Amino acid sequence: MLDFIQQLGRSGFDFFQRLGRASILFGHILAGVPSMILRFPLVIQQLYSVGVLSLLIVLVSGLFVGMVLGLQGYNTLVDFGAEESLGVMVSISLVTELGPVVAALLFAGRAGSALTAEIGLMKATEQLSAMEMMAIDPIRRVLTPRFFAGFISMPLLAAIFSAIGILGGHLVGVALLGVDEGAYWSQMQASVDFYDDIMNGVIKSIVFGVVVTWIAVFEGYDAIPTSEGVSRATTRTVVHSSLAILGLDFILTAIMF
Amino acid sequence: MTDLSAPLVEIRNLSFARGDRMIFDGIDMDIERGKVTSIMGPSGTGKTTLLRLIGGQIKPLAGTIKVDGIEVTQLSRSALFQLRKRMGMLFQNGALLTDMNVYDNIAFPIREHTQLSENMIRTLVTMKLQVVGLRGARNLMPSELSGGMARRVAMARAIALDPMMMMYDEPFTGQDPISMGVLVRLIRELNDALGLTSIVVSHDIEEASSISDTIYLLSGGKVVAHGNADTLRESGSEWAQQFMNGLPDGPVPFHYPAPDYAEDLLSAGANK
Repeated sequence: MLDFIQQLGRSGFDFFQRLGRASILFGHILAGVPSMILRFPLVIQQLYSVGVLSLLIVLVSGLFVGMVLGLQGYNTLVDFGAEESLGVMVSISLVTELGPVVAALLFAGRAGSALTAEIGLMKATEQLSAMEMMAIDPIRRVLTPRFFAGFISMPLLAAIFSAIGILGGHLVGVALLGVDEGAYWSQMQASVDFYDDIMNGVIKSIVFGVVVTWIAVFEGYDAIPTSEGVSRATTRTVVHSSLAILGLDFILTAIMF
Repeated sequence: MTDLSAPLVEIRNLSFARGDRMIFDGIDMDIERGKVTSIMGPSGTGKTTLLRLIGGQIKPLAGTIKVDGIEVTQLSRSALFQLRKRMGMLFQNGALLTDMNVYDNIAFPIREHTQLSENMIRTLVTMKLQVVGLRGARNLMPSELSGGMARRVAMARAIALDPMMMMYDEPFTGQDPISMGVLVRLIRELNDALGLTSIVVSHDIEEASSISDTIYLLSGGKVVAHGNADTLRESGSEWAQQFMNGLPDGPVPFHYPAPDYAEDLLSAGANK
């Protein structure tokens, strides 16, 4: 019993210690933003590896999620003779919920894990130490551009996810199941509010972007510099980011809607 | 003005601990200007840690480290970065940035710290590559280099900003005889041609002593002996004798501490 309490205390202590380190790192990363804006090519390079390379998985998943929504939504709505509202259902669920959340989960798996592994390996192969010895701050040179790239990419990826999902719903609902095309688009246009729905979705995806990239760069930077340490850190990135996304999604939904 | 006759690095009463284990217990050391100084000792004596302490990457428990008259342990981060621009360090495996080719790796510190034009940078990088004999390899990626070549590229990168001193962390480990010979020669030649001060951390006695002006032998957190290779070989210290001649038994015993052998054998049946 005493052992259990001791262990509980220790893991609680560890948790707050890590949270503290992560917060300090976050401060350092933000402190590097002004100097990084002057060197934007570094961010563009990272935008490519963090954002553009995640595009394919986001496009494909978005299309399928939209198609499933179209199919499921049609089957439910048709019982009530309300299949004309399919467009509203598909777009609201994507824009406010599935777009930001699923895109963020995919982003954590694709880009977050890659960021952690890359930074962790740079640490394990002493590249970060070497930079420090060359009087170059690795946080500013390596972490800040990556963080910033994640921050920019995430809302864009979520928007692309929603857009392609709406097209997927259209493909199934209109082209295959015969929902009226005019109704699909016009009801969507009439019911989806720019501030209440779209902007709230955008806010969610910005928050997820910050949290996922923060976790990813912190785990990489804090990794034990061995192959086992890096692999554990990568796993932690995916697990912690996913939990954070789902938990925050509930909190944000409760606050905003 | 700094006193040019004073040692470049002055370490006094330095102590450092990792957890409960004392790595250094009050060591003193002088690294003379313009000389090659080797720091030798068995694995795990904290030789690499010493380089990190000199570079200010970690802080000591007690004691002072002065580099060119500047107290490293007391410096602010920006002052430390200013000092590090005058230090070059070669890491064990080169620590080249894997997402850049050889040329960009060497240009990296120049681009970060100066406003030179690309033309000028190209000239500088070409000169550094010529020194280490790898001008033809400028477009290769680090993954395409052998271990010895990677270290030479890292050497070129370390001298890119013309430092006053170079620190080499185990430069000879895992090298074939040819690249070992190349590295040994390069360390000495760079030191003399560029007017550097070099610190070589190593346990390759033969190679390190052939190029060193002074050798410090470390063991158990203390400086056991120091001097040039000949004085160390002839020194009265049993420990120095064992290390310099690579004897399997001596002050560092061959056997891990264990109960008496005969007793151990006889009690084999009774308890395991």
